[in-house]
Amino acid sequence: MSIITDKTNKNQRVLMMGNEAIARGALEAGVKVVAAYPGTPSSEIPKVLGDVADEMGLYVEWSTNEKVSLEVAAAGSYAGLRALCTMKQVGVNVASDFLLHLAEYGSRAGLVLVTCEDPGSLSSTNEGDSRPYSKMMEFPLIEPGDIQEAKEMTQWAFDLSETIHNVVMLRSVTRMSHASGNVIVGDLPQTQARADFQYHGGFFDQMTGPVMTLPGTAPTQRLRQHAGLEKAIACFEKSPFNTYTGPDRSEITIITSSAATFYCREAIAILGLEERVGLLKLGTTWPLPPRLMEKYLAATDRVLIIEEGTPFLEDNLKALFVDLSETVGPTRFHGRADKTIPSVDELNPDIVMTALSTLLDLPTDDSMADYRQRISAALEGSVPDRAMTFCPGCPHRASFWLLHEALKLDNRRGFICGDIGCYTLGVADCGFRAVKTVAAMGSGVGMASGFGKLQRFGLEQPIIAVCGDSTFFHAAMPGLVNAIHNQADMIMVILDNAGTAMTGFQPHPGIPVGADGKPLPALDIPTICQAMGVRVEIVDPFQFAAARKTIGDLLDDAGGVRMLVLRQACALSPARKGKKEWTVSVDPDKCLGDACGCNRLCTRIFKCPGLIWDPEKRQTRIDEFVCVGCGVCAQVCPQNAITVEKAVKA
Amino acid sequence: MNTTALKHDPYNLIITGVGGQGNVLASRMVGDMLSRLGFDITIGETFGASQRGGSVMSHLRISRQGSYSPQIPLGRAHMIVSLEPSEALRMLRAYGNPEVQVITNMRPVRSSSVISGEQPYPAPETIVGWINDFSEKAWFLDTTETATRLGNPIFGNVMLVGALARTGQLPLDRDIFEAVVRSRMPEAKVRVNLEAFDAGGEMIGEKST
Ligand code: SF4
Ligand code: SF4
Repeated sequence: MSIITDKTNKNQRVLMMGNEAIARGALEAGVKVVAAYPGTPSSEIPKVLGDVADEMGLYVEWSTNEKVSLEVAAAGSYAGLRALCTMKQVGVNVASDFLLHLAEYGSRAGLVLVTCEDPGSLSSTNEGDSRPYSKMMEFPLIEPGDIQEAKEMTQWAFDLSETIHNVVMLRSVTRMSHASGNVIVGDLPQTQARADFQYHGGFFDQMTGPVMTLPGTAPTQRLRQHAGLEKAIACFEKSPFNTYTGPDRSEITIITSSAATFYCREAIAILGLEERVGLLKLGTTWPLPPRLMEKYLAATDRVLIIEEGTPFLEDNLKALFVDLSETVGPTRFHGRADKTIPSVDELNPDIVMTALSTLLDLPTDDSMADYRQRISAALEGSVPDRAMTFCPGCPHRASFWLLHEALKLDNRRGFICGDIGCYTLGVADCGFRAVKTVAAMGSGVGMASGFGKLQRFGLEQPIIAVCGDSTFFHAAMPGLVNAIHNQADMIMVILDNAGTAMTGFQPHPGIPVGADGKPLPALDIPTICQAMGVRVEIVDPFQFAAARKTIGDLLDDAGGVRMLVLRQACALSPARKGKKEWTVSVDPDKCLGDACGCNRLCTRIFKCPGLIWDPEKRQTRIDEFVCVGCGVCAQVCPQNAITVEKAVKA
Repeated sequence: MNTTALKHDPYNLIITGVGGQGNVLASRMVGDMLSRLGFDITIGETFGASQRGGSVMSHLRISRQGSYSPQIPLGRAHMIVSLEPSEALRMLRAYGNPEVQVITNMRPVRSSSVISGEQPYPAPETIVGWINDFSEKAWFLDTTETATRLGNPIFGNVMLVGALARTGQLPLDRDIFEAVVRSRMPEAKVRVNLEAFDAGGEMIGEKST
C-alpha cells in the first residue's frame, strides 16, 4: 500500500515528503493523466503516482522529454480529464515552446504544471528560476510554504485552473520537495471520468471548438487569457495561502514565499522580533493581488523580500509599488537586488538572520564565537573532502578510462563533449577530466556537431560526444541527425547503462516497461542509429581488450559520424545491485606499490572507491564492503597484481 | 497523545553519513517514530549526491509547536548521529555547539581524495579526541562487524537508531520502532531489524563515556 493512497489515513497526520504531498494533493483533486520527465528534485511525484496508477485508475507516463510530457498532459485536459505534468526547472525551458501556445489557448479540465527547482544547484548544473515564465507567458504561479500547503495548493491548483481555464504553475524547491513534514490528508474522490475531445464548436469557443493557435488569433485569445488572469487576481486577493503574522505596523515587513517561509519564521523567532517585524507569506506569487499588497505595504516603511531564485517577486513588487505609491507612502525595498541577501545561491535561516540583524542594527550574538573559532582552528584542513565520484563498479569509470586513454594515445588533443546524467562527472577526476564541455540536455552532440565542421579552419582535434540512453531520446536525437546530415567528423558515444540512473531508474523509451511497471515496447538505440546510416559498434566497457581495439579503430575511421554504444548496466541497477560477478583481491606479492612505476594507476588515477591505498604497507588492497566485483581494476593494474575469480553466486 | 516533554523544543537532530549507507532511511524511521508519538516533525534532506559517494545529511526538527525549517540554523544541533566518523566532524564544524551530543560509527568510508593519497584521513583516536572536545557527550561505536553478521553492513543505520533510542535523549523506544518497521517492511525483515536496533542499543550501554 502506498502512503499516498492509504485510506486509513483520512484526517490523520501522516509524515510525508513534499513530493508525496503534491502527489496526494493531485489524487485528492481527482487527477487522471500524469506525464513527466524525471529530474531532481521532481522525480518522486510521478514515481509514487505511477505506483498507484492501477489502484486509482490513472494514466501515468514517463515521457520522452518535458515538452512532450506537457503536450500529453494538455491532451488530457482538452479531452476533459484533470492532468498533471511535473519537471525540474530546466525542463520548463524544454517545454516552454509548447507552454506559450498552451497558455495562449488555455485549458479545459484542470491542468497543473509542477516545477521543482534547485536553488544552490545541489543536484543540477544551474540555478534556473522558472517563475518568470508565468509572467512572460501570462498564467498564474503559486508556491506552497510548507508540506501541508504542498498538498492543499496542488489540489486547489486544479480548481483554479478550471476557474480561469488556463494552466497553473506550482513551483516547489528542493527544500520543499525533499523535505518531509506532517500532513493531514483529506478524501480520495472516486471520480469516473470519460475522455472525449470536443471540436465541433465555434473557432473561439474555448471549451468546444478546435484547439489551435494560428496567425491572427493571438489578440482574441490573449484577451480571453487576460480575463482569466483577472479572475485569478480576484481569488488571490482572498486566498488563505497568503498570510500575515506580526504587528499591525511593523518596522520591517518580510515578504516571502515557498521554503523561505520556514527560514523567515525561524529567524524572527530566534532573534525575538515578533513585535517588530511582520511576515507576509505569499502563496500566490503571480499575478500579485494589488489590494492585499497595498494593505501590507501601507503598514510598513521597509520591506525585505526573501525568495529563492532571481529577484522575481521583488521586481514585481516594485513595479506594483509604482501604482500604489500614493496610498502606501514611501517604502524602501531590500532583498537580492540591493545585496541585503546574497544575489546567488540557496537561502537558509542564517542568511535571513544576518539580513535582519543588519537592517535593524541588532547587537551581534558572540556567545558561540569562542567555540566556532576553536573548532575551525582544530579541524582546519583535517576533514577530508568528499567529492562526488562514480559508484564502485560504475560503467562510466571504465568508459571514461578507455576514452581518455585512447585520446591520450592518439595525441591530437582530442576531447569529449559531455551531457547531463551521472556521466557529467566525466569532467571531474573520477572521469579523468576527459569531458571538456557540459551544457544542456543533448548539447554534447549538438556542440560536437559544430566542432566536427571546423576542420576547414584548421581544427585537428578528434571530437567525441557522450550521452546516456535516456538523454539520447530526450534531446540528443536532433543534434545527432544534424551531425549525420552535415557530415560532422565525430564519434558519438552512447553510455548505455539501461536506465535513468541519476534520478533513480525511471524507464525511458529504450526500456521495455512503463511508469506503472507494465510492459511497453522498447526502442533500440543501435538500430535507430543504423537506420540513420552510420557505422555503429557495440562493446562492453568492462572488456578492455575488445573496447580498446574498437575505440582505436573508430578514431582512425575519420570523416562523418561514427557511433559507439558502450553497454553495461549501472552498478545500482536491479540487474547488478548486490550481485558480485568477480571476487577480487590484490596479491601482496605482486603489488609493487610506489615502486611499480605505474604511479599507482589503481588508487591515484583510476580511484574506484573499492580500492584502498594502505599507507603503512604501501600497497593497494580491496575494500570488500565497497567493491562490487566488476573486475575492471584488474585490467588497469600493469603488474596483474589484482586478481579476479568468478564469484560463487549466492 | 503523548505528553513527554522534549529536552529542547525544537529538538534538532542531524543524521549524516555517506551516500549508500542508508542514512535517508534512518532519518525517515526516526521521523516516523516521533510523528507517531504525536510530535511535529520536519525533515530536510540533502541527498542529491547520495548515489555517488557524496556526504548525505538529514536535519530533523522535532517539536510540540509546529513545523520548523528543514535546515537547522548553524551551530544549533542538539544531537548528531553519524554513520561515518569524518562526517560527524563535518557536521560538528557547521552545526556544533558546546552542548551538542554525538553518536558516531567509527568505520571510515574513504573519499576519493583519501584513496588517492591527496588528503590524509585523521587517525581514529584524533577523531575521538576532537569529538570529545567539541561536544558535551559522545558515543563511539563500530557497527560494521555486527551489521555484517546480521547480513549487510547497511544495518549499521538501524543500529544507530537503536543507539539513539538508548541514549534516552528522545522519547524513542523499541515498541514504536517495531511498529514503524512493521508498517514499512515485509514481515521477513522485521526480526533482523529488531536485532540490529537492540545491538545498537547495547553498544550505548557498554560504551557510554
Ligand atoms: S548511479 Fe549508476 S551510472 Fe550513476 S554513478 Fe552510480 S553506477 Fe554510475
Ligand atoms: S572490482 Fe575493482 S573496479 Fe570493480 S568495484 Fe571492485 S575495486 Fe572497484
